[in-house]
Amino acid sequence: MAAPYDLTDDGVVVVIGSGAGGGTLANALAQKGIDVVLLEAGNREEPSTFVNDEWASFLQLSWLDPREATGSWRVARDFPNLPAWICKTVGGSTTHWAGASLRFQEHEFKARTTYGDVAGATLLDWPLELAELEPYYEAAEDRMGVTRTHGIPGLPGNNNFMVMYAGAMKLGYNDCNTGRMAINSQPRDGRTSCQQLGFCFQGCKTAAKWSTLYTEIPAAIATGKCELRIDAQALQIQHDASGKVTGVLYADADGNQQHQKARAVCVAGNSIESPRLLLNSASAQFPDGLANGSGQVGRNYMRHMTGSVYAAFAEPVRMHRGTTMAGIITDESRNDPTRGFVGGYEMETLALGLPFMAAFLDPGAWGRDFTRKMDQYANMAGMWLVGEDMPQTGNAVTLHAETRDAHGLPIPDVHFDDHANDVAMRTHAFAQGRAVYEAAGAVDVYDTPPYPSTHNLGTNRMSERAEDGVVNRWGQAHEVANLFVSDGSVFTTGGAENPTLTIVALALRQADYMAEQMGSGAI
Amino acid sequence: MAKYVLDRRLFLRRSGTAVLAIGAGGMAVFRDPSGAWAITLDHLDASTAETLLQLARVLYPHDQLGDMYYAVVVEALDGAAEGDAEAQEQLVSGVARLDAAAGGRFVDLDPEHRTAVVAEQIGDPLVQKVRGTAVVELYNNPLVWPVFGYEGSSADEGGYIDRGFQDLGWLDAPSAEASPPAYRG
Repeated sequence: MAAPYDLTDDGVVVVIGSGAGGGTLANALAQKGIDVVLLEAGNREEPSTFVNDEWASFLQLSWLDPREATGSWRVARDFPNLPAWICKTVGGSTTHWAGASLRFQEHEFKARTTYGDVAGATLLDWPLELAELEPYYEAAEDRMGVTRTHGIPGLPGNNNFMVMYAGAMKLGYNDCNTGRMAINSQPRDGRTSCQQLGFCFQGCKTAAKWSTLYTEIPAAIATGKCELRIDAQALQIQHDASGKVTGVLYADADGNQQHQKARAVCVAGNSIESPRLLLNSASAQFPDGLANGSGQVGRNYMRHMTGSVYAAFAEPVRMHRGTTMAGIITDESRNDPTRGFVGGYEMETLALGLPFMAAFLDPGAWGRDFTRKMDQYANMAGMWLVGEDMPQTGNAVTLHAETRDAHGLPIPDVHFDDHANDVAMRTHAFAQGRAVYEAAGAVDVYDTPPYPSTHNLGTNRMSERAEDGVVNRWGQAHEVANLFVSDGSVFTTGGAENPTLTIVALALRQADYMAEQMGSGAI
Repeated sequence: MAKYVLDRRLFLRRSGTAVLAIGAGGMAVFRDPSGAWAITLDHLDASTAETLLQLARVLYPHDQLGDMYYAVVVEALDGAAEGDAEAQEQLVSGVARLDAAAGGRFVDLDPEHRTAVVAEQIGDPLVQKVRGTAVVELYNNPLVWPVFGYEGSSADEGGYIDRGFQDLGWLDAPSAEASPPAYRG
């Protein structure tokens, strides 16, 4: 068969979500000759329609359907309806991501073994090891064009990086450079090199930054084996009496419900929508949600320990110029419990434009103290702190008891409380970020609380034993052989690294496994 | 609703904004008499608009910014009242609460006392509504960006690759390993 596919075609694999996981998986399957229907809830933009305007872009790309944030995290107070800053558009959050592409460290796949029994944490070892993922990391880096791999030069450092680097060297850090970035430092793969626009988060208008929107997805469609359907909001995954999934009910652009039959279904809607879809697919046979016999769907929600440090200097920095996140200090990413916490964190350059600086520097603040900081904008440098947070059973995506969305389905409630380890790590990271900038001559340093979550992980986690998680080492549901999860929700633990590279590597590995299983008739 | 003009000359003379009615109809015009700026108000009367403007200034005080930038906040609040009588009523009743807390008209207080009243009323729904609107509208106005050194859209200018992304100049340059040269074709 070739695209487009009939709704009654039960030979297709339906992939739900077109971001890092779903977009990559759809292409990898299509390249193998497997028929794919790729459902994307959002619209399709192009580099030419992206806008260098923070609020306008936010409204263009973000997932703004109603959600609720609860728990003791500050996001629940400051942004009670915006727990996450992720996207609803073709390409998903690969339109918005900054491009940082780091491999997990070996010990991070063995969090339970390495960190031990951390009170209150539901740590597990991943059911796979770094060595097994390495060939897929290689392949992912190659197709994404990650700098400082495969002979690709590093990016040039911008003003913001120069400040970070000077401080890092004076402080005695060893590992500070412009990082491994899926942003072209020279033309590659038919895409141009970075022009230092400074709007990585708003969709890259030159397409120098890798996004499934203009790489994986058109490549998949070009095979004739992948049909992309936009404005297609998945509502429910359906199954037969044998417990195998049979198709996906979705709402099309006109709000009409459609049912696409399927040979297998891959859920890649990011760590809030993916568990929500499984929970909303509850049936008599799966009363607590599809593939949720373990009760783990939606649980162990992780969002990385995060925070930012902004520092004002006597001279201009103009941090908004150039690649947003091409700058990293990796010295703190090791596991060294003598610091007072397990796991590690990365320090990465980050800049906001004036509109978002006002929104995020200190949400809710007002008056002269706040405006004095804003007046320092041109002289500010900034960094983001991102580290491993502890999975906890109570940190969970659940279905709201009352509020329904436009399709009549319960909206997600995203509950999060910091673990004591997260707090200790953030305190340490704030102090080290401050030390970097003070070493570079800062006159003022500001600790900035976490933004709405960009790294959403763990809510359909991989586990060796079915009772500990939702999917196995291939991202295949423990309970349903032809149901897969293909996004960051499968992460058993979060690691210190930005997750996209690992999501892509896992999707490539999953595609190989699915092809083998389909070839042998197991699926 | 009456038509109003908030007249800058009277504002300057009386140290509080003044109101000049210019006739009956559905729309008020909130303008600078020099013609430098004007906004239209469809739902708010001039007295309410004047109070909201001064409240926005107390919340996000930048002495280098003229009233025209804060008037944009008022315009947004007025726009949000479109087709929403309840929102409009909340602005009007909120201003009444603010005046009550001020023991008279809020706008008649000196700046120091306005700040004290706002600090006391910071949890009030009106104050939070104006704060939430102002923190977006004030800083999202491209006309204020040059004041803060922010340059806005860059794609139409070819980005910063030839326009100063490495012009820091006051710290030693990183090593070539840490920061390789930019590709220039």
